[in-house]
Amino acid sequence: MSIIIKEGTKVMIQGITGRFGQFVARNMLDTGTNVVAGVTPNRGGSKVWDIPVYNTIKEAWDEHGPIYATVILAPGPVARGALEEAVDFPFDTILMEVERVPLQDALVCVAKCKEAGVRLLGPGSAGLVSPGKGSLGIFGSPEELAKVAFKPGRIGVISRSGGQTSTLAFNVCKAGFGISTAIHIGTEQVMGTTLPDILPLFEEDGETDAVAYYGEIGGVMEEEAAEIIKEGKFTKPFVPYIAGRGLPSGIRFSHASAIIEGGKGTAEGKVEVLKAAGAYVADAPEDIGPILEKVLN
Amino acid sequence: MSRIYEYQGKEALAKVGVKIPNGGVASTPEEAENVARKVGKPVVIKAQVWATGRAQAGGIKFADNPDETFQKAKEMFATKIKGLDVNKVLVEEKLNIEHEYYAAIIVDSSMYVRAPVLVFSTQGGTGIEEVAAKNPERVVRHVIDPLEGLKASDVDEILKKMNVDSKAIDKMSATICDLYRLFNEFDCQNAEMNPFVLTKEGEVYAADCHVNLDDSSIFRHPEFGIQVPRDMEREPTELEKLAWDHIEEGDYRGTGYFAQMITEFNSDETYVGFHGIGGGGAMLGAAALLNRGMKIANYADTSGDPPASKIYKVVKAIFSQPISAYVLTGACLANQEQWYHAFAIVKALREELEKRPGFPVVILLAGNKEKETMEILEDGLKDMNIRLELYGRDDIYNSDYIGQRAEALIQEYLKEQ
Repeated sequence: MSIIIKEGTKVMIQGITGRFGQFVARNMLDTGTNVVAGVTPNRGGSKVWDIPVYNTIKEAWDEHGPIYATVILAPGPVARGALEEAVDFPFDTILMEVERVPLQDALVCVAKCKEAGVRLLGPGSAGLVSPGKGSLGIFGSPEELAKVAFKPGRIGVISRSGGQTSTLAFNVCKAGFGISTAIHIGTEQVMGTTLPDILPLFEEDGETDAVAYYGEIGGVMEEEAAEIIKEGKFTKPFVPYIAGRGLPSGIRFSHASAIIEGGKGTAEGKVEVLKAAGAYVADAPEDIGPILEKVLN
Repeated sequence: MSRIYEYQGKEALAKVGVKIPNGGVASTPEEAENVARKVGKPVVIKAQVWATGRAQAGGIKFADNPDETFQKAKEMFATKIKGLDVNKVLVEEKLNIEHEYYAAIIVDSSMYVRAPVLVFSTQGGTGIEEVAAKNPERVVRHVIDPLEGLKASDVDEILKKMNVDSKAIDKMSATICDLYRLFNEFDCQNAEMNPFVLTKEGEVYAADCHVNLDDSSIFRHPEFGIQVPRDMEREPTELEKLAWDHIEEGDYRGTGYFAQMITEFNSDETYVGFHGIGGGGAMLGAAALLNRGMKIANYADTSGDPPASKIYKVVKAIFSQPISAYVLTGACLANQEQWYHAFAIVKALREELEKRPGFPVVILLAGNKEKETMEILEDGLKDMNIRLELYGRDDIYNSDYIGQRAEALIQEYLKEQ
């Protein structure tokens, strides 16, 4: 098993025909993903790496549905329109890979997915890979990289930084482990799925023994994760690293956000609550591998 | 988060129907005097600077008549407020305050909310954070469904519950709904009225405001004249404006971020041109250089799979500064194909360094197509007379060593100059 993407899971890609769309499609095929369709308005009837392209999701769905997940690659200004088209279909998961989505649009996207009961990854998530099974987004290939960073295995990887997702997976593999699923949460201010939503998925996954995490200052998702752990919704070993110690907590948007966050958000604060919840906090990212060894062996 | 000035925030508030004090913005003491004359009442003069605690720093003054307004404005234009020049002041009628409230719309990204939130306090003015900490009963939060907007009936309820004077509720409620419209229609990151004033005459005003715009929405709002949409405590430099116009604006193919850390270069100093990949890795690399006491001219980031043309332009922007070394720390195992970086760097370095023998160049690049990337760099730069060191995936956690090498190469290079 793994989370979200499993063997044979049917997925499609919105915005498949552009330069980035083709790159993402190639990656997903190379990781063994069952990509059944692509959608780009006015490009229906063409093909990308042998994946049939349709003008609308309806056409793709009529031909290939039900489809489990869709990956939205449309650029920021038009990403909301792409999501509004997708949310009318009963997808389990929508990945909004795009960054620079206008905030008001992101708020609408998150609210619409919540209302429809669809899991939204991002906006601003580069995706996830379940090595040997498939991927959504950019992670998991080419083979040369997969061999060192995305070996199939039993460690879940979660990261707030796209580049650090592969780096952490590499680190975990160097320590002799493999990856069940590696997932990038995203970088935007409001996102549909964050750390406390993902931990319970790894809890349920019988093939994940522990979770490694790359976190950063700002926001409250690490504090929320500590609560999830304390509530018993995640009981496996959790090995986080929090970047940005010694720096002030993120951008303070106004007095009001200080009221909302109530002093949360600093690296020191996050480390403290995670330790109190029983997490094995790493002082440096390269310590995560050795800590996993100690905890699991 | 792009900042706008108080007077711009108030202009936007007025457009959605919020009452703002009578007055206007002035760039000279004469203009300030004229505004005061038109207002015809005692005024308040407010420096338009991006600084909190403006009042304590001398950025807010009162004047009883136009002559006094001229004098006080003149003093204000001649001083710096928290190190910032005062280029504009806002001159407004002094309100006859009955009570100061606080109202703001901000985004709560926590897992159970992920929506805009109205924050209202019966005690506005300075020290709102302390109010929230010491007297939480004076502060209320209300989650707004972005699909439905803020409902006037909900706001009425909140104001009643907070024991707001019943005669003021209608006007205050309407103003708070207008604030939400501002937040939504002007694509704000957050919008705050503080103090949110009820006057003795029973009128409701936004006496001061903090409005910040969402960087990703600036393209929808040319009216604010924001040249570089980014959180900065100063106006953008000429080079930053050029970089934004030619690299980032309208090009959604990956990131080509460029910001200067130094705005006034000193000819006695040695500066490093810095280039990172990905927020996390770039931060590690920059920290390693700064920890060694080196001066970084700029901060750059090319992640999210930008094309070579975008990367090339970022490197060219870095080299248009007086730098004595170029350091690229891609301290992550990137999924983007790194050969675009190799091509871009080879082209830019060949153009920039042909006549700068011995120039230090330290490059850490790791991830997708790493082997090919190194071959392109080695082959493309092999006949160049520069101090080139290349590092790959084994050194992604060795930022300190990279910093140490950069420092050593710079010292060798400077001896030859």
